[in-house]
Amino acid sequence: MTSITLNIAHQTHIVKTHMARRLSEVLRDDLKLKSVKIGCDAGDCGACTVLIDGAQHCACLVPAGQADGRKIETLETSEPQLFARLQDSFLDHGAAQCGICTPGMMMAATELLRAVPSPDQAQVKEALAGVLCRCTGYHKIIAAVMDANSQTTVCPPPKAGHAVGQPIRRLDGQAKVNGTEVFGADFIPDGTLLVRAIRAQHYHADFEFGDLLAWIKMHAGVECVITAADIAGINCYGVIPPFADQPALAEKTTRYRGEPVALVVGDPKALEALGLDDFPISWTPRPHSLTQADGAGPDATLLHDHRQENTLIRGNVVSGAPDSAMVEAAHVVTGQFETSYVEHAYIEPEAGVAWMEADVLCIQACTQAPVMDLEDTAKVLGLPLNKVRIIPSAAGGGFGAKLDVTLQPLLGLAVLKTGMPCSMVFSRSESMQASTKRHPGSMQASIGADAAGKVMAMTFHGDFNTGAYASWGPTVATRVPVHASGPYLTPNYRATSRAVHTNGPTSGAFRGFGVPQAAITQESLYDDLAQKCGIDRLEFRRINALRDGDVTPCGQTLQAVGIIDCLDALKPHWDEFHAEVTAFNTTSLAHKRGIGIASCWYGCGNTGLPNPSTVRFGITPDGQFNLHQGATDIGQGSNTVIAQIAADALGVQVGMINLVGPDTAITPDCGKTSASRQTFITGRAAEASGLALRAAILRLTNLTHADEITLEGGMLCVRQDQNDQKISLKDLPADANGYVLCAEETYDPPTTTLDENGQGTPYAVYGYGAQIAEVEVDMALGTTKVLRMIAAHDVGRAINPQLAEGQIEGGIAQGLGLALMEEYLPGETENLHNYLIPTIGDMPHITSILIEIPDTEGPMGAKGLGEHVLIPTAPAILNGIHHATGARVTKVPALPHRLLAAIKASQT
Amino acid sequence: MTVINSYLRPFALEHALEELAAGSLRIAAGCTDLFPSTEHKQLQGSILDITRIKSLRGISDTDDGIRIGATTTWTDLIKADLPPACRGLQLAAQKVGALQIQNRGTIAGNLCNASPAADGVPPLLTLDAKVELQSKGGTRVVPLHDFIIGPRKTVLAETELITALLIPKSSLTGHSHFLKLGARAYLVISIAMTSARLVVRNGVVVEAALAIGSCGPVATRVPQVEAQMIGKAVDPVVITDDLVATAIDPIADMRANAAYRAISAAELLRRTVLELAMDLEAAT
Repeated sequence: MTSITLNIAHQTHIVKTHMARRLSEVLRDDLKLKSVKIGCDAGDCGACTVLIDGAQHCACLVPAGQADGRKIETLETSEPQLFARLQDSFLDHGAAQCGICTPGMMMAATELLRAVPSPDQAQVKEALAGVLCRCTGYHKIIAAVMDANSQTTVCPPPKAGHAVGQPIRRLDGQAKVNGTEVFGADFIPDGTLLVRAIRAQHYHADFEFGDLLAWIKMHAGVECVITAADIAGINCYGVIPPFADQPALAEKTTRYRGEPVALVVGDPKALEALGLDDFPISWTPRPHSLTQADGAGPDATLLHDHRQENTLIRGNVVSGAPDSAMVEAAHVVTGQFETSYVEHAYIEPEAGVAWMEADVLCIQACTQAPVMDLEDTAKVLGLPLNKVRIIPSAAGGGFGAKLDVTLQPLLGLAVLKTGMPCSMVFSRSESMQASTKRHPGSMQASIGADAAGKVMAMTFHGDFNTGAYASWGPTVATRVPVHASGPYLTPNYRATSRAVHTNGPTSGAFRGFGVPQAAITQESLYDDLAQKCGIDRLEFRRINALRDGDVTPCGQTLQAVGIIDCLDALKPHWDEFHAEVTAFNTTSLAHKRGIGIASCWYGCGNTGLPNPSTVRFGITPDGQFNLHQGATDIGQGSNTVIAQIAADALGVQVGMINLVGPDTAITPDCGKTSASRQTFITGRAAEASGLALRAAILRLTNLTHADEITLEGGMLCVRQDQNDQKISLKDLPADANGYVLCAEETYDPPTTTLDENGQGTPYAVYGYGAQIAEVEVDMALGTTKVLRMIAAHDVGRAINPQLAEGQIEGGIAQGLGLALMEEYLPGETENLHNYLIPTIGDMPHITSILIEIPDTEGPMGAKGLGEHVLIPTAPAILNGIHHATGARVTKVPALPHRLLAAIKASQT
Repeated sequence: MTVINSYLRPFALEHALEELAAGSLRIAAGCTDLFPSTEHKQLQGSILDITRIKSLRGISDTDDGIRIGATTTWTDLIKADLPPACRGLQLAAQKVGALQIQNRGTIAGNLCNASPAADGVPPLLTLDAKVELQSKGGTRVVPLHDFIIGPRKTVLAETELITALLIPKSSLTGHSHFLKLGARAYLVISIAMTSARLVVRNGVVVEAALAIGSCGPVATRVPQVEAQMIGKAVDPVVITDDLVATAIDPIADMRANAAYRAISAAELLRRTVLELAMDLEAAT
């Protein structure tokens, strides 16, 4: 240990540290500058970007010794005036979603803005190129930086009752832009022990421990080793209880690379330094399969004895007479398509801390599903539900993989064994090995149409690689057959699916639950079918689009169907793009442009299963409106959207609402942040609780209506027809939760379970959308640049148009990654330089069009949006590539070598 | 086992060379490869940090050509005023990672890491760069193509340090260009990259230096292709797919298969030469 001197905010800091230590650790640990985020420890993500002598560096790549004597700037410590402007600009533009990349983005922007006060787009892209964002699609970040130094007009806050529909700033935004947001790794009390996992490095293996006690004795600072033998509860968890199959720590056999077998707990500094390669364990590798074809093959070893043919579950939806209708069809197209494992690649690896408070185990970690975490953790630990409390930290992105428990039961085991607070922070490779993925799919489908271009029949089958454990495999197997028709009237239909176990990573939930994969198949074939019918591709979709009163393949009669409106909104752009592309292609040989279109529909909420949300809305004796907003905000904006709905229902200014988060000890269950359900379902509960609280206020004041409800100095003021009624809140009796007035309402969407043919009402509300992509393909290199996208989405009612646009742009970024570059290969791409996600330079120009066809079931008409936005993107791009080149890519991602091979094949 | 780490950060080159002679040390400069190779929060092993040795950083003209100090960063190279023959090297520097990496990564580190996809190697090959190696025992100069002998393999001895890259005056003639092909816009490890330096007199190529990277175990010059260009007007057409395919031994990995690499390397090389021809035209 030596001392280094850092010059931070005009102050000299002398820090005792090892010269070889990462500067990021010194800044976070020793100086508590937590805005410096750790996303990869490899210079790949830029989340730890700081300025050293004014130039941007990844602090994770700087040995402390090299920072000695230099000026260091972080988000907390740089010049306040520029930051105030930049922060305002980020908030005004909605440039921060989850917020984990925001400090790094702002530091990179600071270097640029000092040199170029009003940068152009290209300058911003160059300057920010080293920072990855997984949420926003970068557009709003670019705009925020370009406008940081320009005068902005401040919009007045919306009046009471008029928040819905307004693009207000996110209510939880300030902490995201000033670096104070507390993510999973940001709160670790002094004296906390560190937990590290020993993980399998084989795809499938048996293992035996050696002398653990001797190993512990040999390593100073190691407190204990925890194995499956320490588990007091049931060592078997899973998001869908009937399919639960995953051990918190493997017992004798590991089924995927990265599966944890033991935990080492100890003093953080000592344990962090250990190599762990001498941990006493011996491995006996077993045969393994990594693809759905191998997993389902006759020679495959069963991963779970009771699941024959490695089949976790099959799904199907059948209606009409698809086989005979296909025979009668004038035109039939058939195709096979493959998708790859896709990694969520949130910039925040899984992290958290746990401690005992009296006899209650408290776990603060990033998550999308606090109550499910609680249930699974209690089950594994053998604790009653009321002895576990889950406190969600801010989540630095989730996209589905933070729905399953990750480190929660492991932290619990460590705390119960040591009696000490314990923390765990996954490394990037650990996160990539251990977290769930998007299911790889092998899909085949046929679609038939009559001579006029009306779709008569569709058959579809998809085998999905569900990996080692069940996770959300059943959901994918169920959702895919329900949605594989796309938002089109398909009278004769058979869609089947199968989830196949392999020794690949466990596939789980990833924005769309298998529907994006199915949409690639169906929308590609729709293009081929339109061509066969000789009908314009957009017009073909319009002919077949679902309309109000149409019946889905599940037999559900739909209302408030917005797909026609989306397609119509795209039509002028479609025509304009066509003319431009045709003109371009007449003069360009080396590069060809093309336009693609694809649609989506997506049911919001669980498929045919209950999934209620409960919202509590109370008034405190000292005069605060507390909204218990239990919908975990992982960046998508539920903290803001739910509050806007509740405020309008109650009839107060949204700024008056105090948000109480999804801590399981204080906030009722709003279910999981998945299935595009929060705006719809929690929104409905919030609307109901707002209306109920308003009714309670009117009862108390004996008024028939209220023109204004306000709180002033502990007094509730209600105005009706110029008359004020005032009630002293402190004089009212408080309920068990401390509220003098309170409403608590639950909403569960009306659905039915599906029968053996998939018939029923799987969802109460659907959202719709369609996107067009303009692409440019380099014909000799097989590279694709997406130039422009127009996205029209029917959101029912845009509660917050800016957040809705943010969802669209971010969804397009992930869809673009799915189409062109993302392919997770276990053992090969376990970092963010081999696994590629789109950078700031890969994004097309995006125009978002919000369509509002209100659904009577949604709060104020609103429908879900979060997953819809990703579904059309990849097929629109692939259809654009086909239009440009004549080549049909049937395996994504369309990496250059795959596309070039397809181009060559199409030319012969 | 717990590793006892030491961290040396000498000011004087002699001191560094003495330490290297005394024991096994890992040499650290920009750390853009060292840190990603560990998940630990500090560099492992005993470290010799050479970034305080002033004489190792910077670019200078010498009687024999240009000397690029070992710890010269990509940003230093981008900002330097260099002759047109070095433009390819500067373009390559701009394609390394993003600004954060360019601000830290050093040219010698890029060579020592010896990745098949090292961005600096193809342009340096076209400049006939030599590697100056010093140890306590003395100095030796090794041509770059003899310095990197395989993926992650160099002839650097444990007691040696790269002190500089030397570009001979004879190779500072002409113009150069560089292109990199990857699956995304920034922060990308290349599928293929090509560099070209041409000396053109009276409309005829009198000297051609072409190199291809990321397509084999080590980046390589392609003399068969170069020979086809000599004595003719600058014309990418002579760079045929077949000719390039015989000149390289392409690898297959997660980024591309071998067949694609061969085809794309040829195409990229043609484009590099075409861009270079346009630069030449603009310069005259």
